[in-house]
Amino acid sequence: MLQVLINGLVLGCVYALVALGLTMVFSIMRVVNFAHGQMYMLGGFVVYYLYGEFHWPFFVALPAAALALALVGAAFNRFFFQPVLANATREENSMLMAVGTALLLENLALTAFGEKQRGVPDVVDGTFIVGDVADGGVILTYANAMVATIAVLTILALLAFVQYTRPGRALRAVAQDREAARLQGVDVKATTTLGFAIGAALAGLAGGLLVTVYGVNAGVGSNLSTKAFIMIMIGGAGVTSGAIVGGLLLGFAEAIGYDMLPGSVTYLMIFVAMIVFLVFRPNGLFGKPWG
Amino acid sequence: MMITNPLKKRDLVVALGVLAVMLVLPLLTGGSRYLLSVLMNCAGLSLIAFGVWLTFTIGRINICQAGFALIGSYTTAIAMSRYGLSFWIALPLSAVVAALVGGVIGSFILKLRGIYFSMLTICVTEAIRLAFLNGGDFTRGSKGITGLAQPFEGDSALPMYYLAVALLAIGLGVTWRMHYSRVGRIFRAMRLNEDLAESFGTNVWRYRVLAFVVSCGLGGLGGSYFAVFTQSVYPQSFTVEHSIYYMLFCFLGGLEYASGAMVGAFVLTILFELLSQFQQYQTLIYGVLMIAVILLLPNGLMAIRNAAKGERS
Repeated sequence: MLQVLINGLVLGCVYALVALGLTMVFSIMRVVNFAHGQMYMLGGFVVYYLYGEFHWPFFVALPAAALALALVGAAFNRFFFQPVLANATREENSMLMAVGTALLLENLALTAFGEKQRGVPDVVDGTFIVGDVADGGVILTYANAMVATIAVLTILALLAFVQYTRPGRALRAVAQDREAARLQGVDVKATTTLGFAIGAALAGLAGGLLVTVYGVNAGVGSNLSTKAFIMIMIGGAGVTSGAIVGGLLLGFAEAIGYDMLPGSVTYLMIFVAMIVFLVFRPNGLFGKPWG
Repeated sequence: MMITNPLKKRDLVVALGVLAVMLVLPLLTGGSRYLLSVLMNCAGLSLIAFGVWLTFTIGRINICQAGFALIGSYTTAIAMSRYGLSFWIALPLSAVVAALVGGVIGSFILKLRGIYFSMLTICVTEAIRLAFLNGGDFTRGSKGITGLAQPFEGDSALPMYYLAVALLAIGLGVTWRMHYSRVGRIFRAMRLNEDLAESFGTNVWRYRVLAFVVSCGLGGLGGSYFAVFTQSVYPQSFTVEHSIYYMLFCFLGGLEYASGAMVGAFVLTILFELLSQFQQYQTLIYGVLMIAVILLLPNGLMAIRNAAKGERS
């Protein structure tokens, strides 16, 4: 059982990273980034090519993935979302654009990379073994430990950035009240671009991390987006602490479910639990009411 | 009857035009099988998308329509293969079953709004798909149910084609009737401000469940049609991706027009077929064109004349 909880914790840390990226974009733009899973997938491919194919060091490839996705995110915001938000007569239009970009990225990846499942060589070899495995001991591979550590460090760095720096304060101000932030002299356009870039970079980073464990293929995007939606709905959309809690909860639920239930029943249970939960708490654990 | 509302007039012209073309086209071209199958696909997709369009009119973005189409498909498949019912009983039965399930689920989840509702409906689509996947012997899991009997004797595709046209007309008629009536105006009021509508004495809960039930019924009807059109149903037949496409059809057709869902479904499906000569770039070009349409025509294809004149509809 302890083994299952450890697996859940590793998964949960990366999921928290994914959820934070999505919730960041949501809080600043009021847009649910449907392409979040596709950005995760692209991050995985960047690491696959740089580290797996061109044999760059992993610790160069990983920031490169984050940087590449930050650029994608900034470009998406500048060329797709800002024009739509400026011209639309209905609030649904931004969502339409989000769905359109998700389909575009997925088709692009399918055309460029094909449907094959790709993996990369291990970054670090070896395992921590605590106790006797046959007798309830626990195994944690170095790879998993590294993934969890980087995820946690990134989350802490992000929280510190948002809390203590000037651009971080601007992000929080725009999330709280766009107009008031503008009146205080915050450059709202640049700040939303920064927020979108950070959100996309977090997705890319998570993809780059998990490619070392699970590999990547061009079709993982929409699946991961759905998971990310679950995470931010558990915690409440747009709430930082909610995203972290949601990510960890889903990681544990998935690990425990896969241990006890046959394959796809796990997610059936998670979806049903999710629907029942939202009927009683429509705004998640920490969310504010919508509209 | 004079129609003074210009939106409604354009809507009527487009709706009748599409139906008329659908009716006479096989007579003029002699009915190539490929053309007929593309149009049948369009008609089935329109039927399902009408449901999504109706939920748009109450201000909810519905991404679970594929789940209800799947329920309709499986109801038809199970009724025909397991209980030996005729397709003509299974077809309305599928709509009723999907509508009932929709009523039960809807009466709980419709209190969610905005993006929460949309994200939850994605979960509903997935939950329904996984339920059928894990349905054991009853749904035959991932193997699906295949080899369904055809409703018409003989080799000609024309009877199936005219069934599709008839179903399309029914879907359009239901949507039209609801949109341009007292109920439609209540839906509109609820979309603009639900709390305000409630304060004027509208039983908001009842009307939004009504919209959702009709929507799911149309989804079930379309799913049933696709079950016999493709003679098979699998849990993968209708997924989140399909739900998203139905939503896009409505958006790109136009949310202000009852025939918007149909226009979107026809234009996008035919466009996709026309792009097939580009082979592996087909989906990519399709995606790029879609983004271009969203950027250039934010209010849908039906509003194209307004966009040209630079007015806001």
